[in-house]
Amino acid sequence: MDITFVIEKFILVAIIFGISLVIAMYSTYAERKVAAFLQDRLGPDRAGPAGMFQPLADGLKMFMKEEIIPTHANKWLFMVGPGLAMLTACIGTAVIPWGSAITLGSKVIPLQVTDINVGVLYIFGVVSLSVYGVMIGGWASNNKYSLLSAIRAASQNISYEVAMGLAIIALLLVTNTLSLKEIVEQQHGWRWNVLYQPLGFILFIVCAFAETNRAPFDLPECETELIGGYHTEYSSMKLGFYLFAEYINIFVSSAVMSTLYFGGYNYPGMDWVASVAGPVLAPLIGTAVLFIKIFAFIFFFMWVRWTIPRFRYDQLMHLGWKVLMPLAIANVIITGIVIAIVEKF
Amino acid sequence: MNHNQPVYTDNDPQSELVTLNLGPTHPATHGVFQNVLQLDGERIVSGVSTIGYIHRAFEKIAEHRPFYQITPLTDRLNYCSSPINNMGWHMTVEKLLNIKMPKRVDYLRIIIMELARISDHIICNTIIAQDTGATTTFLYLFQFREHIYEIYEEVCGARLTTNIGRIGGFERDFNDIAFAKINKFLKEFPVALREFESLLNRNRIFIDRTAGVACVTPEDALSYSWSGPLLRATGVDYDVRVNEPYCSYEDFDFEVPVGTSGDIYDRYLVRNEEMWQSVSLIEQAMEKLKHEPAGVFHADVPDFYLPAKEEVYNNMEALIYHFKIVMGEIDAPKAEVYHAVEGGNGELGFYLINDGGRTPYRLHFRRPSFINYSMYAKMSEGMLLSDAIINMSSMNIIAGELDA
Repeated sequence: MDITFVIEKFILVAIIFGISLVIAMYSTYAERKVAAFLQDRLGPDRAGPAGMFQPLADGLKMFMKEEIIPTHANKWLFMVGPGLAMLTACIGTAVIPWGSAITLGSKVIPLQVTDINVGVLYIFGVVSLSVYGVMIGGWASNNKYSLLSAIRAASQNISYEVAMGLAIIALLLVTNTLSLKEIVEQQHGWRWNVLYQPLGFILFIVCAFAETNRAPFDLPECETELIGGYHTEYSSMKLGFYLFAEYINIFVSSAVMSTLYFGGYNYPGMDWVASVAGPVLAPLIGTAVLFIKIFAFIFFFMWVRWTIPRFRYDQLMHLGWKVLMPLAIANVIITGIVIAIVEKF
Repeated sequence: MNHNQPVYTDNDPQSELVTLNLGPTHPATHGVFQNVLQLDGERIVSGVSTIGYIHRAFEKIAEHRPFYQITPLTDRLNYCSSPINNMGWHMTVEKLLNIKMPKRVDYLRIIIMELARISDHIICNTIIAQDTGATTTFLYLFQFREHIYEIYEEVCGARLTTNIGRIGGFERDFNDIAFAKINKFLKEFPVALREFESLLNRNRIFIDRTAGVACVTPEDALSYSWSGPLLRATGVDYDVRVNEPYCSYEDFDFEVPVGTSGDIYDRYLVRNEEMWQSVSLIEQAMEKLKHEPAGVFHADVPDFYLPAKEEVYNNMEALIYHFKIVMGEIDAPKAEVYHAVEGGNGELGFYLINDGGRTPYRLHFRRPSFINYSMYAKMSEGMLLSDAIINMSSMNIIAGELDA
C-alpha cells in the first residue's frame, strides 16, 4: 500500500475526530446557552469571555472527580459501557463526505475517510450499535432505575430503527445507490432530496431524535422519573463519556441528515463559486456550507428539547409502531409508484 | 403479610415483580417522602406510602407555646404559601378572642394570601410541566415566585418562612414600595401566565400525558375528604372562601373554577384558572383599599396586639401590655374553635382547644396535603411509573405539610 495514502487518511481521520470532539464539547456549551436564551436566562458566563471556556472547565472537572464503581456492579461491563458508547458515536463519521475532493496540482484529496459502497448501511449499523453502550452501562450498574432506563433505551431504539430504515428505503428508491458520496453528488446545486422525500425526511428526523435519546424521546434519562437513567451510578469521566457520546451522536445525526436530505456540501450557485474560487477553496466553501447545515440541525435539536414535554413510554411505542411505521410504508409505496410512472412515461 | 407494611427489598427470588423505592430522595418526590412500589415492568402493581421523614411534632410543640409563638410553626407547614398558614392561624385566634378586624386589614390580608396562592399554584403547575419534561415553561413562570417573595420581603422582611402579620393585624403598614411592587406584579404576571398557558394548554404531548390520567370521581374524592383544587377538579364546587367566607371574601366577586373528570389535566386547568381569579381578587382589593382610611393596619385591641416600641419605652400601660402579651398572659376564653382557610392545596384548618392557660390545650392542624395524599398509593395501582410521578406532582404534596 502506498505510504502517502496511509498518512493522508490518518491526517484526515485525526482532523475529523478532533472536529467531532470539539463540536461535541461546544455543543454542551451551546445547549446551555440556547436553553438560557429560550428561558430568559444568561447561561454560563463566568469562565472566559461569555463563558467560552466553560466546556474546558467542565471537562477538567470530570477528570478530577472521584471515580466510583458500585460494589455490586459488574466492574468490567461497567467500564465497557461508556467506552462503547463513545466508540460507536465516533466511528459514524467515517463515511460522511465532508466536501468534494480537493485538487492540489496532480493530487486529488477526497474529503471523506472512505467511500464504501454501502455507506448508508454502515451508518445504520453503527447507529444500531450505539444502544449497546447504554444497555451495558444500565445493566452493569445493578441499579433498578438504570435497568429500567436500559430497557426503555433498548426497546425505543429497536422500534424507531424500523421506521428509520423504511424512511431510508424510500430515499434509496430515489437515489438508486447506497454510497453516501454518490447520494451527495446527485444533489448537486438545488436538487436536494428533501424536495423529493419531504415525508421521508420528517420520519427520519423524528427517528433521529429517538435514536439519539433527545427530548421529546429522552425517556431513558428523564431525571424526574429515573433519576439519571442509565448513568445514575456513573461518575467522573465515565459519566463524561456518556454525556459526550450523546452530543457526538447529535453531531453525526445532523451530518447524516444534511448529507442524505439537504444536499451535504452542495448549495445553490456552487458552480459559479467553483469557477471563481478555484479547485482548493471551492471544496472548503462546500465544507463550510455543510457545517452551517449541521449547526442548524444541532440548534433544532436543542430548540425542540427546551420547548416541548416528553412522551410516556407507551405513547412512544404507539407513535413508533402505529404511526411512524405505517407512514413510512406508505411513503415507500407512494415513492415506488411515482418512480414507476415517471420511468414509464 | 400485612398489606400496609412496606417491604423495602426483593426478598423472593422467584417473584416476577420488582420492588422500587421511590424516594425519599428521588428527584420527583419534591420533599422527603417515600413510596415503596411493586412494579411489573413499568406498571405499578401495588404501592405503600411511607411518610414521616420530616415529622417535627408541631402539634405537640404548639401545646407548649403561647399563641403568637405558634405562627412560626405554621410557616413550616406548607412552606410554598406560608402567609396563608400564618393568617389562618391569626384568624383562628382572633375568632377565639372575638376580635373584629377593620376592613382595610382584611383587604391587605387578602392581597397577601392571594399572592401566596399564586406562588403555590405556580410551583404546582410548573412542576407538572417540569416533570413531563418541559423545563422552559417551569422557568418562565418561576421568576414570578421571586417577585412575590420580594413583596413579602417588603411587607415583613422575610421570604420563605414569612411569619407575616400578628394576631390582630400586621406589624406595620405596607410601604409605598410594597404597593408599587404589587402593581408591577399585577401588570407583568398575566402576560407571563398567558404565555405559559399558550405553551401547555393545547400542547398535544402535554394533553396526552395528563388528560385521562389519574381520574378521580367526586364520590371517591369526597370519601377521602379531599379539598382544594384537587376536589374542584373532580367537579365539586367546594371552596372555603365561598362556602365559609372569612376575612371579607364575601365582599369580592370571583369565580370558583371546577373540572369534570378529576384527571391531571383538569387539576392543572383548575389551578391555572385560580391564578387568574387570584389576580382579579388582588386587583379588586387594591381598588377597595383606596376607599378605606389610610394607615389602619391592625385592630384596636391593646390586650392582644403588641403596642408600638416607642409606647413601650415611654408609657407604663403599654409596657404592661407588652410584658403580658410576650409572656402569653392574655385572657383568652376557655373555648373550642375551628377555623378553616382555603390554602394552596385545600382546606387548611386549625382546631384549637383553649383551657384558659397561656398555651393551647390542644391544637390540631387539618393539613390538606396529608389528607389528599392518603389516596395516592391506591391511585397508583395499575398506573405506569411515569403517570404516578406526574400524579404526585399534580397533587402538590408539600412534605412539610404532609408530615407537620
